Amino acid sequence: MAIVSLREALNQAIDEEMARDERVYLMGEEVANYQGAYKVSQGLLQKWGPKRILDTPIAEAGFAGIGIGSAMLGLRPIVEFMTWNFSLVAYDQIVNNAAKMLSMSGGNFSVPVVFRGPGGAAHGLGATHSQALESVYSHFPGLKVVMPSTCKDAKGLLKSAIRDDNPIVFIESEVMYGDKGEIPDGEYTIPIGVGEVKKEGTDVTIVSWSKTLAHVVLKAVDVLQEELNISIEVIDPRTIRPMDYDLIVSSVKKTNRLVIVEEGWPFAGVGAQISHEVASRAFDELDAPVERVTQEDVPLPYAHGLEIRSLPNLDKIRAAVRKVLYLD
Amino acid sequence: MNSTAIAIPPKQSGSRLLGLPRETLLSWYEDMLLVRRFEEKCAQLYGMGMIMGFCHLYNGQEAVSTGAIKGAINPDDYVITAYRDHGQAISKGVNPKAILAELLGKYTGTTKGKGGSMHIFDRATNFLGGHAIVGGHIPIAAGVAFAIKYRGEKKVCLCFLGDGATNIGAFHEGLNLAGLWKLPVIYIIENNKYGMGTAVERASAVEDLYKKAYAYNMRSEVVNGMDVLDVYQKVKAAADHARATYEPTLLEIETYRFRGHSMSDPVSGHYRTKEEVERLKQSDPIIHLAETLKEEGMISDQYLDEAEERIKQIVQECVEFAENSPEPPIDELWKDVYIERSGE
Repeated sequence: MAIVSLREALNQAIDEEMARDERVYLMGEEVANYQGAYKVSQGLLQKWGPKRILDTPIAEAGFAGIGIGSAMLGLRPIVEFMTWNFSLVAYDQIVNNAAKMLSMSGGNFSVPVVFRGPGGAAHGLGATHSQALESVYSHFPGLKVVMPSTCKDAKGLLKSAIRDDNPIVFIESEVMYGDKGEIPDGEYTIPIGVGEVKKEGTDVTIVSWSKTLAHVVLKAVDVLQEELNISIEVIDPRTIRPMDYDLIVSSVKKTNRLVIVEEGWPFAGVGAQISHEVASRAFDELDAPVERVTQEDVPLPYAHGLEIRSLPNLDKIRAAVRKVLYLD
Repeated sequence: MNSTAIAIPPKQSGSRLLGLPRETLLSWYEDMLLVRRFEEKCAQLYGMGMIMGFCHLYNGQEAVSTGAIKGAINPDDYVITAYRDHGQAISKGVNPKAILAELLGKYTGTTKGKGGSMHIFDRATNFLGGHAIVGGHIPIAAGVAFAIKYRGEKKVCLCFLGDGATNIGAFHEGLNLAGLWKLPVIYIIENNKYGMGTAVERASAVEDLYKKAYAYNMRSEVVNGMDVLDVYQKVKAAADHARATYEPTLLEIETYRFRGHSMSDPVSGHYRTKEEVERLKQSDPIIHLAETLKEEGMISDQYLDEAEERIKQIVQECVEFAENSPEPPIDELWKDVYIERSGE
């Protein structure tokens, strides 16, 4: 086991897959000369050269499309968005071309591309640069949406994503790149679509992912277990689509209570989907209605006080947990 | 000039027909004629309710697909286009039976009935679609060319687009990247004068669309799209250049569609007059080629009659094939959404 930062874990995944498969290349804004806006691609230009590590102009629709077209011919591009917010200018490429190509072409052409970069809020970036877009992209059949919360998962899942024959939306977080964690020595992958029990518990299940899980939920769980004298089970689906419903449902059958904590907005959020599935498959097992903690239903403001009030936090999680336990 | 008297036509043409072999010229003529008769049949079947959705016909533009695809490039080169795609597919060698079956929503269609008229794909002939969001395929074409160059191949990608597509962002991003990275793609604007019902001069600040290449350090040229020989020559020159240098080219091919934008639209109306359509029909590319071939002593009236009959027969076989083909089974609905195999 080695201790690495999350950006190093991602860097290792890209580096190893480039060594393994010469069809793999990386492109995006500032990924080469600048060594990556968040240093995920540090050193890769020096190692692999400009043919395989390419700086792009600020043209997300253009270079996302290049990724898709080259993938149709069998290359395996990794397309970095400096943030997923900028992917919205490439939305047509991702949604109409990447997601639909296999189906619309009747199986003639697959698009083995990985779109990756940080999503969600960082600190004080304002409404356009702080969006959690997993519910948007997971809406579309044809895409897989992957959101790791640990260094180990980040590396193993990115390697799986690069090897996957489908278009992948791989969402990281700006504020997690410096997070440190253990990763196994040597070659390993983590399968897409398989969640993990982060912590076993008996009284309440909390489902959360990515930064919200790593930076908010796990800390809140420590506080609330102590404060309320309860045992909380924490599930990280790790992949938003396909969602590991089986893992969540089996946990709910044990705890009989579910709280879903996500950074996205409430309307048509990922939590709404999970909530429906659990209600459908485990209605009789639930001792309380499913509770959801989301960002407030507003564009995220800049001011610090407003920002932290809008995002999921300890107070909101506490309220949700107390509610499913009927403590109020 | 009457050439019916010619008993044994020359195998090789003269300079007016670029010295091309007779066999080649006739194959182009028949390709254009097949596209025309195929589209006329589509119009008929659409009217009978057998083709659904949007259906954009290629009548009038045949010299473009034939000259560029059947004429100027190799079978292993790539073609990608927009939604007016039947003609290019036929010229690329996609089985017309499968195209018509696709239009009828049949399982034997090019995409098993999943794509329809606007989304013809065929891996076997390197036909990369059939794309229906205007301009969305332009960056993809750059990506295809990127892959060609990445693998060190000497192939090219032809990307067809309409005049209307030159105003959307994806056009400019795609051309900038192709110009910047020197990608072997030939962008072919089929300027048929109208984006649906909006004339070029009402949509583009620059009326001469070939000039848009200047912004991207890209070669460009204007082509007479009613003359299959001009299309052939200029696309071939662009393709040769791309193979030699990897450099892209933008061609503005001036053409005209004889029918409405789609089957739902009138041939003429508020945006163009009947007189204009009738006037431009005088430069019908198929008639133009037939006359030149006759004048050069390459064909006789008898040949034209026989070719007409042959093409009629092919189209009829397409109809019979499509009509007799099965609908896609319902379990096909859930297939081709994801590739199950992964992790190698």
